[in-house]
Amino acid sequence: MTARIERPLSPHLQTYRFTLTMAMSIIHRITGVALYFGTLLLAWWLIAAASGPAAYSNVQAFTSSFIGRLIVFGYTWALMHHLLSGVRHFVWDLGYGFKANERETLTWGALIGGISLTVLLWIAAYAIGGGR
Amino acid sequence: MVEFALPKNSRITGGKAWPKPAGATQTREFKVYRWNPDDGKNPSVDTYHVDTGDCGPMVLDALIWIKNNVDPTLTFRRSCREGVCGSCAMNIDGQNTLACTKSMHDVKEGAVKVNPLPHQPVVKDLIPDLTNFYAQYASIEPWLKTTSPTPQKEWRQSHADREKLDGLYECILCACCSTSCPSYWWNSDRYLGPAALLQANRWVKDSRDEATGERLDNLEDPFRLYRCHTILNCAKACPKGLNPAEAIAELKLKMVERQV
Repeated sequence: MTARIERPLSPHLQTYRFTLTMAMSIIHRITGVALYFGTLLLAWWLIAAASGPAAYSNVQAFTSSFIGRLIVFGYTWALMHHLLSGVRHFVWDLGYGFKANERETLTWGALIGGISLTVLLWIAAYAIGGGR
Repeated sequence: MVEFALPKNSRITGGKAWPKPAGATQTREFKVYRWNPDDGKNPSVDTYHVDTGDCGPMVLDALIWIKNNVDPTLTFRRSCREGVCGSCAMNIDGQNTLACTKSMHDVKEGAVKVNPLPHQPVVKDLIPDLTNFYAQYASIEPWLKTTSPTPQKEWRQSHADREKLDGLYECILCACCSTSCPSYWWNSDRYLGPAALLQANRWVKDSRDEATGERLDNLEDPFRLYRCHTILNCAKACPKGLNPAEAIAELKLKMVERQV
């Protein structure tokens, strides 16, 4: 009787049904990490702009390539999503928005708002002649 | 520590399919987590068929039906069968709730999957070891603490002050919320979890309690309180409709308010 039994751990991620707020929490974390890399990109761009035409055209060659645009597009989304999701957390930290319908609305708002803002920004950027 | 996969001894292997009850016209399939400390095997998932014509509507009714009619070794906690005691908290259809208040007909399609409360050591079958959970509750010192002289009769409280405890005092400590929280899964050794924090807020808000500062000091820690990342699984899981996430937000606000 005195021997310690090695008890199993009950299933968690394996069994728990994903909820919207649960998924958005991990996306907030992931976009936050992505922003570090995006900031590196931004720093590279600024340093290149300060160092001269040759360095700057290197950056431009990268950002105007398909992969480059995809990465910048992803960075834009990460920034917009993290921004709106951050506002959502700010509302919660002030003690509001905890009722069932409020928390779902806030969360959907951040998700859809982030995507919409990204698309709008890119349409605007192309419209004023960026990307050529 | 974040560990997505289960340890080797906890992975689910195999399971027994029990025969359908003879003569039943309507049956419902149940897939139930099993682990026996005596046979040295890994956990498994057994399949049962419950005669719904001979059984009440709740998941707890089905578990009792299985224990009575099919497999007497199936082990689970239960007591009041009406959502008051919190004993039969378990993970049903991917969400933590009380088996006694969850209708099996609310599980839309396929088998009703029944697991113990997530990320806890298993004592047997559907029974988790909640020692840590109770110790965390004890750590918030859930009793009235006062310094002023004890009154002749009772500690008085106005109706308005009493109402401040609504949405907090109803907690039955079933552990549905804490064990639904990913933050608690990864850090239950240091993060107190939604249930204990809701209770902490209950005593902080009690107008008769005179140890508010001390209680908040006790939570001033990177883990104990601040591992809550507002994932909100707790509020969705609570079978009493309480909102631990909101209670935690109130505590975080009080932490700031007392510094300004």
